[in-house]
Amino acid sequence: MIWNKSAECDNRDDRKVQQLYSLKKLVRHVYETIPFYKKKFDEAGVTPDDIKTLADISKLPFTTKDELRDTYPYGLLACDKKDIVEIHTSSGTTGTPVLAAYTKNDMDMWAEVMARCLCMAGATPEDVVQNGYGYGMFTGGLGVHYGSHKLGCHTIPVSSGNTRRQLMMMRDFKSTILTCTPSYSLYMAEAAKEMGIDFKDLSLKSGIFGAEPWSDNMRKEIEEKLNLQAYDIYGLTEIVGPGVSNECEAHNGLHVNEDHFFPEIIDPKTGEVLPEGEKGELVFTTITREGTPIIRYRTRDITWLWHDDCPCGRTTVKMHRLLGRTDDMLILRGVNVFPSQIENVLMRIEETEPHYQIVVDRGDTHLDEVELHVEVEPSFFSDETRNLEKIKEKIAAEIKQELGIAVIIKLVEPKSIARSEGKAKRVVDKRTL
Amino acid sequence: MKVKQISVFLENKNGRLSEVTRILAEGEISLRAMTIADTADFGILRIIAEQPDKCLELLQQNNFTARVTEVIGVRLDDRPGALHDVMQVFEDNKVNIEYLYSTLMLMDDKVVIMFKVEDIDHGLDIIKKNGMEAITAF
Ligand SMILES: [Zn+2]
Repeated sequence: MIWNKSAECDNRDDRKVQQLYSLKKLVRHVYETIPFYKKKFDEAGVTPDDIKTLADISKLPFTTKDELRDTYPYGLLACDKKDIVEIHTSSGTTGTPVLAAYTKNDMDMWAEVMARCLCMAGATPEDVVQNGYGYGMFTGGLGVHYGSHKLGCHTIPVSSGNTRRQLMMMRDFKSTILTCTPSYSLYMAEAAKEMGIDFKDLSLKSGIFGAEPWSDNMRKEIEEKLNLQAYDIYGLTEIVGPGVSNECEAHNGLHVNEDHFFPEIIDPKTGEVLPEGEKGELVFTTITREGTPIIRYRTRDITWLWHDDCPCGRTTVKMHRLLGRTDDMLILRGVNVFPSQIENVLMRIEETEPHYQIVVDRGDTHLDEVELHVEVEPSFFSDETRNLEKIKEKIAAEIKQELGIAVIIKLVEPKSIARSEGKAKRVVDKRTL
Repeated sequence: MKVKQISVFLENKNGRLSEVTRILAEGEISLRAMTIADTADFGILRIIAEQPDKCLELLQQNNFTARVTEVIGVRLDDRPGALHDVMQVFEDNKVNIEYLYSTLMLMDDKVVIMFKVEDIDHGLDIIKKNGMEAITAF
């Protein structure tokens, strides 16, 4: 089902009229009420009157994550503090978090876009949603929760972690929809094996997986192991949380809720807006937010946008699943490498599972030395060293073919690479540049 | 008779082997033989235990990648040339040996050598036909 036909299946020209109206209103509002934006617009020599068409958005300066940190906590608040009903912060490894503040209207909008996403993944009010995203300051848990309520699903707020309990609930409450990170879903599959639970005996029909990049191959593996259809969801705290975009049943791109989040793709180096279909950095303007709206936020996520006649009937613009992050993109001996490429190789090799970590260092030669740590799975463990050496050679050869660079393969013990309950750490860069 | 050997994947880093011996000690597993095949960055520990099933279960529970491999234990007189007799018989009968190692103790004044061969049924058959003795278990 489609949650909001008039918004999601709207004529594209009509939507543009709404987007331009919302954008103009937002730009004027932040210019007049937030000193941070007034200063930036003035420096860029742009005023709200310069926004006459949607394309004029390119005249506006970008907002970066560092700027969000610098203005923490309330520097970018666009309304009275008393109108805020909820706040979230994004986890930051660097210390200062980033604030997202929601008015009553923002909360309604969040539940609305999240309900749309659940519907895209096949949810109806009849479904039992087991929400395995973390609850609390992280937007994942509560965002899905609000959407599930709005849609009227039987909601299980199990949160992340406690895998045994997750699996028991799935069995006892006959959960039909699972929401969690893709790597955690695979971790659950392993745990289920150990507990003697077969996903074929469970009732899951869809899984909505996000909060970290994953590949088509990983999707296949998840669908097989968990016996469900896997859907990609995208969102980030700075914009709203989960609910920015989601895959529909066509499994060909994520429909962006662009009546609320206006997307652009830019060249991460020059900041130039790229034409539709070209790969680059995803930028969002939250044209309807009231609490902490944001102008041209640089997500650092790499993807591309396109329009097509989607069989689902939605007319909203699509984004490809994430190809990586501008800051995850490794430049190894001058070659651009995304962790997802390595994952694809491991998935292709029958014996291996995509549990890996890339460790980059600079050796005595001052050249990049790349080690790929791969966990030894029971599926290819042998009592003879030469068999394992053969697997190492096979992985190295495939990687060389895919990336064009030589990497050292190191076999490591299972579960020795941190993953599962949190986000998987795929890259350890020890280079001091 | 085939003997169950437990093979365990080990990273070459401090404390991994002692982690295995700790788990086996706590599980009161009696060891009868062990050997390590190692490369620059990993090793494969091979264990013959009195309780192979329990040994495997304990290691897997502790997140080690471990598996059962079937091997032959041949009982030999404790005298010079005894090992060569078996080797000669294997060679004559084209029994391919992948690796071998000795056990930790004498059994009734005899030594036991563990053989991993390509075709275990063929290997056992040859031992029997040549009047040698393969152990059934420890
Ligand atoms: Zn669609």
